[in-house]
Amino acid sequence: MTLGLLGQYLFNGLMLGMIYAMVAVGFTLFFGVLDVIKFSHGDVLMVGAFTGLATYLGLQSMGVDSAAVQLLVMTLVATLSMALLGALIAKYLVLPLRLAPPLNTLLITLMLGTVLRESVRLFYPQGSNPKPFPRLLPADSLSFGSFTLRADSVILLLAGLAAIVAVHLVINRTKLGLAIRAVAQDGETARIMGINFEFIVLLTFAIGSGMAALGGLMNGLYYNEINFGIGLLLGVIGFSAAVVGGLGNIYGAILGGFLFSGLQSLGAVALPALFPGTSTAYKDVFAFAVVIIFMAWRPTGLIAEKKSERV
Amino acid sequence: MRRLLDAASPAPALASMAAVTLFAVLFLHAESQEAVIGITVVAVIALLLLARFGWNRLAAASFAGHSRSGQASVLIGVLVIVAVFHDQHFPLLMLASVLLYIVVCLGLNLQFGYAGVVNFAGAAFYGVGCYTAAVLTSHTALPHLAVVLIGGLMAAVIGSLLILPVLRTYGHYAALVTIAFGILFRVFLEVNDALGGPQGMKVQGMEILGWKLNEGLQFGDLEFSFYANYVLVALVMAAVAFMLVRRLERSWIGLNLDAVRLDETASAAFGIDVARWKITAFTLGNFLTGLAGAVYAMMTGFVAPNSFTFGDSLILVSIVILGGIGNPWGLTVAAAIVLMLPEKLQFIQEYRLLLYAGLVILILLFRPGGLMPRQVRNYLPGWKP
Repeated sequence: MTLGLLGQYLFNGLMLGMIYAMVAVGFTLFFGVLDVIKFSHGDVLMVGAFTGLATYLGLQSMGVDSAAVQLLVMTLVATLSMALLGALIAKYLVLPLRLAPPLNTLLITLMLGTVLRESVRLFYPQGSNPKPFPRLLPADSLSFGSFTLRADSVILLLAGLAAIVAVHLVINRTKLGLAIRAVAQDGETARIMGINFEFIVLLTFAIGSGMAALGGLMNGLYYNEINFGIGLLLGVIGFSAAVVGGLGNIYGAILGGFLFSGLQSLGAVALPALFPGTSTAYKDVFAFAVVIIFMAWRPTGLIAEKKSERV
Repeated sequence: MRRLLDAASPAPALASMAAVTLFAVLFLHAESQEAVIGITVVAVIALLLLARFGWNRLAAASFAGHSRSGQASVLIGVLVIVAVFHDQHFPLLMLASVLLYIVVCLGLNLQFGYAGVVNFAGAAFYGVGCYTAAVLTSHTALPHLAVVLIGGLMAAVIGSLLILPVLRTYGHYAALVTIAFGILFRVFLEVNDALGGPQGMKVQGMEILGWKLNEGLQFGDLEFSFYANYVLVALVMAAVAFMLVRRLERSWIGLNLDAVRLDETASAAFGIDVARWKITAFTLGNFLTGLAGAVYAMMTGFVAPNSFTFGDSLILVSIVILGGIGNPWGLTVAAAIVLMLPEKLQFIQEYRLLLYAGLVILILLFRPGGLMPRQVRNYLPGWKP
């Protein structure tokens, strides 16, 4: 294990952690305002990535060649359309089930995720094959010995960081964020104080889903490939990250995201070293096993959810 | 005549079962897509019309009043189907799969229909049973009945590894534990070379006390497909599991499970040991799932990781919800619909996941009780309001 390789692992882990954190932030936002899990989140991310790809192809055919313009339009279209999709999901699937058992919301969004996934697989042209995602970011790279730092990765990392910081600022520094936090704390009281409950819920779902679309684009730009199945795994990982960190807590989500990618990297590095002959493919097995054990130790995550049941 | 159409008479139940059997035979027999669609549409319209004239309620009451002859008629119905298709592989394979899926869904029903313990890893526990059968039949000479039993036990044991996190967590967190396990299991199978990796493993056919199930029976000129044997085994399993689940539901155990699901705090306050009943339901459910898995593996002769994806777990959950959470009859009907329809209607096959997912969304939005909602518990048998 050279230092360069270690650096590569570390950087890759950071990148993955950023994407996971972006997904986890969405989960935690939704859980915050409505106490629900929107399990279709990962698939919204995937649809976002495909929307971006379709926009790119559309721009190509219209003759727009500038990478910067393409990237900007792609990001805008994907983020806004997914924000709209998120709000629609909240309005027509999540809010009507508010009084039903919470499990029903989980189920309905789980099934919606399947609908989105299958729709892309069946109705996107050749949707069941992996699709090449365009390289739109500058491909310059700096070499430090065996460690190469790619400019596009750095840009993606910074963009992800900026998105998370922006959401954090919106939630903690603006009046809108105050309303979101009020709804999260106590929906009924927030209503009495004149906050438009439904609007805030829809907006929160829009913000979270927009974040997912960004995450999907980042994922596509980083791996230069997307397929219809990425949403499921990313959704489960994002959910795990949010839960490990503590649902409803935005810092917990970020922490959980990086923790999960750390576990995966650790699994990829340490397992073959400790048990010669095991493949690095066990990294997901390792990471999920640790998550399950962790759940037994801290059932509501690192930053524990405050729960007291009124009887 | 009037006596025959009374709820107190078994006639409505028996007539309904005869009609269902006739429909199943016609449905399985139909070759062309148009015929399949035609038969299905006619059946749905007939069902709606009968419901309009109150027949369904009459039949349900008759079933409830004569549960023994009702259940016997179901068994006879299955045997009639076997007799009609005695030499055809495909319909019998489908019938056996439906019966095994019913066993699995009965297990799931115990878990989240009664005790409220969510399990989104049904396909994984099914896979545990399948792979146990694969490993044991190819590496040991254990009698196959023992293999099936061990398949169930393995599923229960592996499930018990999850018990601690499932018990300590609640709601969404518990859902995550099983989802994570389901995905972990699948990835593990794919990368594990000892278990055949993505290619999977071969499994020997079943042999019970010298009776080789992979050899078709022959009575004089009458040849039976070997799948008929598996249908019989699966039918016995399904019937036993069904009776077990029904008895459990009606007993004080079922009452405790219902209490735990509806309000953990209240049931703890009434002295019900919440953890104990959750463990019971979870373990027993996984045991049933594992049993069915072991038989399924021996029937198909082959197991591969691709049969145990998260999507398959979702199909299992869909069956339970479509049928009506907590209603064993409902899931029986739903399992038959969910498994048979796409097999017969080839153009649905590709779209089946999409279709089920959409259907479950509609059910959850507009009819949360499912197609056949669970009836309110009848505390005093025979009591009429």
